[in-house]
Amino acid sequence: MSNTNQKSGGAASTGHSWDGIEELTNPVPRWWIWSFYFTVVICIIYWIVYPAWPVGKGFTTGTFNDITYNVVDKNTGEAKEVTTHWNTRALFMADMQRGKEALKQKAYMDEVSKASFDEILADPEKMAFARSLAKGIYGDNCAACHGSGGTGVVGLFPNLADDDWLWGGKVEQIQATIEHGRQGFMPAYTDTFTAEQLDAVAEYVLSLSGHSVDENKVATGKRIFNGQEGGCYYCHTTNATGMLSVGSANLTDSIWTVANVPAASNLEAKKDTVKSVVTNGISRKMPGWSERLSANDIKLLTVFIHELGGGK
Amino acid sequence: MKHDKIEKNLGLLMLFTMVVISIGGLVEIVPLFHINDTIEKVDGVRPYTPLELRGRDIYQREGCYLCHSQMIRPFRDEALRYGHYSLAAESKYDHPFQWGSKRTGPDLARVGGKYSNEWQVQHLKAPRSVVPESIMPNYPWLLENDLDFSDMADRMRALKKVGVPYSESKAEYEANVKEFGQDVAEMLDIQKAQENLIKQAQTGNYDGDATRITEMEAMVAYLQMLGTLVDFSQYDEGHFVQFR
Repeated sequence: MSNTNQKSGGAASTGHSWDGIEELTNPVPRWWIWSFYFTVVICIIYWIVYPAWPVGKGFTTGTFNDITYNVVDKNTGEAKEVTTHWNTRALFMADMQRGKEALKQKAYMDEVSKASFDEILADPEKMAFARSLAKGIYGDNCAACHGSGGTGVVGLFPNLADDDWLWGGKVEQIQATIEHGRQGFMPAYTDTFTAEQLDAVAEYVLSLSGHSVDENKVATGKRIFNGQEGGCYYCHTTNATGMLSVGSANLTDSIWTVANVPAASNLEAKKDTVKSVVTNGISRKMPGWSERLSANDIKLLTVFIHELGGGK
Repeated sequence: MKHDKIEKNLGLLMLFTMVVISIGGLVEIVPLFHINDTIEKVDGVRPYTPLELRGRDIYQREGCYLCHSQMIRPFRDEALRYGHYSLAAESKYDHPFQWGSKRTGPDLARVGGKYSNEWQVQHLKAPRSVVPESIMPNYPWLLENDLDFSDMADRMRALKKVGVPYSESKAEYEANVKEFGQDVAEMLDIQKAQENLIKQAQTGNYDGDATRITEMEAMVAYLQMLGTLVDFSQYDEGHFVQFR
């Protein structure tokens, strides 16, 4: 083996030779070695600057790298500055309070928190801010049910882009809906009606939006609807236009939020859809958002939704 | 020892390789058990109720974790989208934890209470019927399958072995009453596992079908409690910074 040494620029063999392939003692390139030493130095700098080594029940916290952020005491309302060693949570606090984006947004937010709904609606600049910010909030939180364009899902989740409102379309009403959520409820009339009565009620309900035609059934249905047998008027009113206070649907227009009447192909199928809602009842819940979103966020979202289609 | 010997002896080489690799792991993990603030002291975190636990099992069975993480990191964009960053304490009873590192779908750490039960059911059954742009698969069988909870007690016992405080003896129950309060302690009682599961399913009626207890029931019960245990409004903003 020693003979082959001479062939490779004078480097000696390590003595490792496998199938005639020999490993020599050439040193690794100098640039590589220096890069390696450099990473070692950087490593030590990291240890000094950032939290690194566990010591007892704590750890070395790093130095020259403190982060300052603001804390408002919940009970006293007192604001103070806190400085702590580098860590991701403090970094996050500082970013939320003093980051470039945060400061840019804060200027607008301060304006919004002082402004009334009327002032926001009248000010194009505030409206532009509301649109751009609330669009994101809407997408993250509301779009899952109400759709990315606010058109909802017929039969499941109300359309926000029209001017028909179960719980009211004034800004204050929209705000209350977002803050506290809503619980819509229609009781099940499981064994209340005979088949004929149920059919009559469905005929009447559909006649209100110009669907069915059987005069006799409609008359019977109307009597049940507005009488003690059905008592539907308690919530839907005697005009069947619904009540905002309980979120009952207006049955006299062609907008359907619970029974998917438009999807049914013929009158019988439409009646079956209505009957199924009457028989089984319905419960619809919108969650409240006051814990998840700030007051300002809700304010901007309210304006955004008011503007989507038909705010009153 | 001459290096030749290690290189030429496969058993020895494996042994030393394992020793070297394990040092890397030990150095990173062991100190966490000794540092005081690894798990934050926080009110409200409790083990899963039987129904939620079955839901979590189905969550794992269906591989939800492959697309959904349960870990909100302390970044501005994540806080704006998902809410308060996750605490270590919030997953201390999770075995295995569901933090994840891959998000194809959104993070679910705080999905609890965000949407209604009806939405969750509809969305699991047919995601595109409510979110047209979704690429999530349909899980219609969750609503078709009756929930099997015959082995509920065993599932809780298994978790008890790895440190989740489900109670079996009177003393353990009393300890839970002290730690979590009467109502929660009741739910953690292994003896009453099935009874509690049925009770929660009937009161909650998460799947909208009051006549049966389906797998959907457990799944929605689990999803609706995710991230809801800690009441962040009782803590000062920045309270949890001190633990890092």
